[in-house]
Amino acid sequence: MGEAIIQSLLFLSGFFSIFTTVGIVYELGKEALLFFQMPEISLLETVTSTRWQPHTGDFGIWPLVTSTLITSAVAMLIALPLGLAVAIYLSEYATPRARSFLKPILEVLAGIPTIVYGYFALSFMTPLLRSILGRDVVDIYNMGSAGLVMGILIMPLITSMAEDALSAVPRSLREAAYGMGATRLETALQVVLPAALSGISAAIIVGISRAVGETMIVAVAAGAGPNFTFNPFKGAETITGHIVRISGGDLSYDSVDYNSIFFLGLLLFFITLALNIFSQRFVRRFREVYE
Amino acid sequence: MKFSTPGSTQESELKAGLSDYNLDILSRKRAGLIWRLIFQASTIVGIIALMILILNIINSAYGYTALKAKVDPDTLAVEGVPLEEQNHGQLVAVLQSHISGPAYKKLDNEKPFSERSEADVRALVIARVVRLQVEKTWNLWDSLSKSGEINTEVARDYPDAELRFTSWLNSDFINRPQTSEPVTAGIRTAIYGSLWTILFTVLVAFPIGVGAAIYLEEYATDTWINRLIQTNINNLAGVPSIVYGILGLAIFVRALEPLTSGQIFGIVDPTTANGRTVLSAGLTLGILVLPLIIINAQEAIRAVPVSLRRASYGIGATKWQTTWSHVLPNSIPGILTGTILAISRAIGETAPLVVVGASTAISFDPASPFSKFTTLPIQIYQWTSRPQDEFRALAAAAILVLLMLLLTLNAAAILLRNRYSGRF
Repeated sequence: MGEAIIQSLLFLSGFFSIFTTVGIVYELGKEALLFFQMPEISLLETVTSTRWQPHTGDFGIWPLVTSTLITSAVAMLIALPLGLAVAIYLSEYATPRARSFLKPILEVLAGIPTIVYGYFALSFMTPLLRSILGRDVVDIYNMGSAGLVMGILIMPLITSMAEDALSAVPRSLREAAYGMGATRLETALQVVLPAALSGISAAIIVGISRAVGETMIVAVAAGAGPNFTFNPFKGAETITGHIVRISGGDLSYDSVDYNSIFFLGLLLFFITLALNIFSQRFVRRFREVYE
Repeated sequence: MKFSTPGSTQESELKAGLSDYNLDILSRKRAGLIWRLIFQASTIVGIIALMILILNIINSAYGYTALKAKVDPDTLAVEGVPLEEQNHGQLVAVLQSHISGPAYKKLDNEKPFSERSEADVRALVIARVVRLQVEKTWNLWDSLSKSGEINTEVARDYPDAELRFTSWLNSDFINRPQTSEPVTAGIRTAIYGSLWTILFTVLVAFPIGVGAAIYLEEYATDTWINRLIQTNINNLAGVPSIVYGILGLAIFVRALEPLTSGQIFGIVDPTTANGRTVLSAGLTLGILVLPLIIINAQEAIRAVPVSLRRASYGIGATKWQTTWSHVLPNSIPGILTGTILAISRAIGETAPLVVVGASTAISFDPASPFSKFTTLPIQIYQWTSRPQDEFRALAAAAILVLLMLLLTLNAAAILLRNRYSGRF
């Protein structure tokens, strides 16, 4: 009897996470629906217009989407090559001693709160970019420096996932390559890397998903105000940055602004969910091959 | 081609194959060396980034400041007693006579003066009456390398100002409540806010998280619903934190307002009277870190050898007895390590709390679950968003406090892990 009660309590704890997901989809969906039922909103305008200006009644999603894509692209441009290079170094070259010293450093980098990175972007990266490229080229708030710093944040994530994938490749493959006379580099790039490709793809997708959902760096450094531009050195608000700015004051319930953050939140939720499911597919595939 | 002899095809294939191989051993070795250096350099870039980040913060948190008082503190002496030595009553009197009636009332409403400590009232007098103002700040590097130039600049441009070497991070900074004046601003309110919030986060997330992990590792059979729970937890771990903030806004702040504002308990905080409270913030962060705690606890439980469980069953223990007296005691260090890491994630979270409705300016500490709140990262965010240098300096000092707090927590987690790891 007691056993049964305990078991059902434990089951409820496990089931609680389902409530969270249902809550996210239901609550965000409900308010997002209200958003589209408002007289000033039309679905067609939202998906086609390139202006998002709540005070003039313009709700085109594109300026927020393009700036999210640009900051994420800049971040991946930094995080992907660096993260992969570090992963290859740690898994194929580094001595155990070097690894035991380097991995904690990467863990520290990954554990620093994002608001600290935001401060870093604004107080270091932006002045640096402005002094290199000129003050008239780079705005005080710009997507570029937010993206660069986001790259530093995401790099350890990619490194640690990619290194897991590389280490999971069996030794026999490497030894066969050495036996054929391949150098260490050739083994790493032509044998180990292709064998770990699905795990590395998963790491890249998780990195992208993290970049899309990253909030405080862009809220602090990428600029306030939606701006439809493809120039990374101009300021433009991302989806997450917009949510933070709009909800910063005391947001009144059932206003357009209030409902719009639910629509944007739902959009973010589905983008990241799709990316995560996609990456789990990849991870499962590389596990199946070598376990 | 169809008519060529089999032998010649083989030969051409062999030749084509050979041209794929680079037989110049020297150039292959050189390529290997170059790439090795590239890989090493990338690693060094990561270390340099971390160092610059920390140096940049330290650089802003210390340095010269040119300060100017709006009202000379000497004129505030009451019956010859200088400001520094006045007692509680005298300080309140000074405050009352120098600020407007409504402003005084507002302060008294937030927290009656009789309940405020002498140090708090003195800080208020300095903030609202003396109003020491920052004319200009310099960072640590400039202060050390160009102190002569700074001295002449202050003498020329700010003749009434006093030049002081300021450590923005000091004991007063940690002890003082939040104010709008940079000179008297402190982070005590924010630290208490963070602690209160984390308390509720742990109260919610730890029992549910460990319960869920036990269920998934010890009880769950391979059915579709259990697979769904596991997949769902993995997916929730990847949901951006701001989405949890929006969920918290809809559920805890709005739908459960009677509960989170304390209305149903009849203890509504007069300053809030809505759901934007410590409790809402704690619950939101609790849901946010729940997947992390579950995943970490699952790993810890999985590391307990099956032989232990079998031995327990062998002497007739039930499933729960086995779990409670054998699996849990042996996995608790791992579970705690995971929980500490989850807590340090929660302490650093900013975005969801902005959405849930952290207050922008409160000068009193949270006193109950139903108080308005601000937390350390929120405070850093607000100071960072101000364009003036002195607020950047405050943000840097607060970041140092936050990083030290996180470092302590992580060190505790690592100690715990090293102490108990590899026992099986």
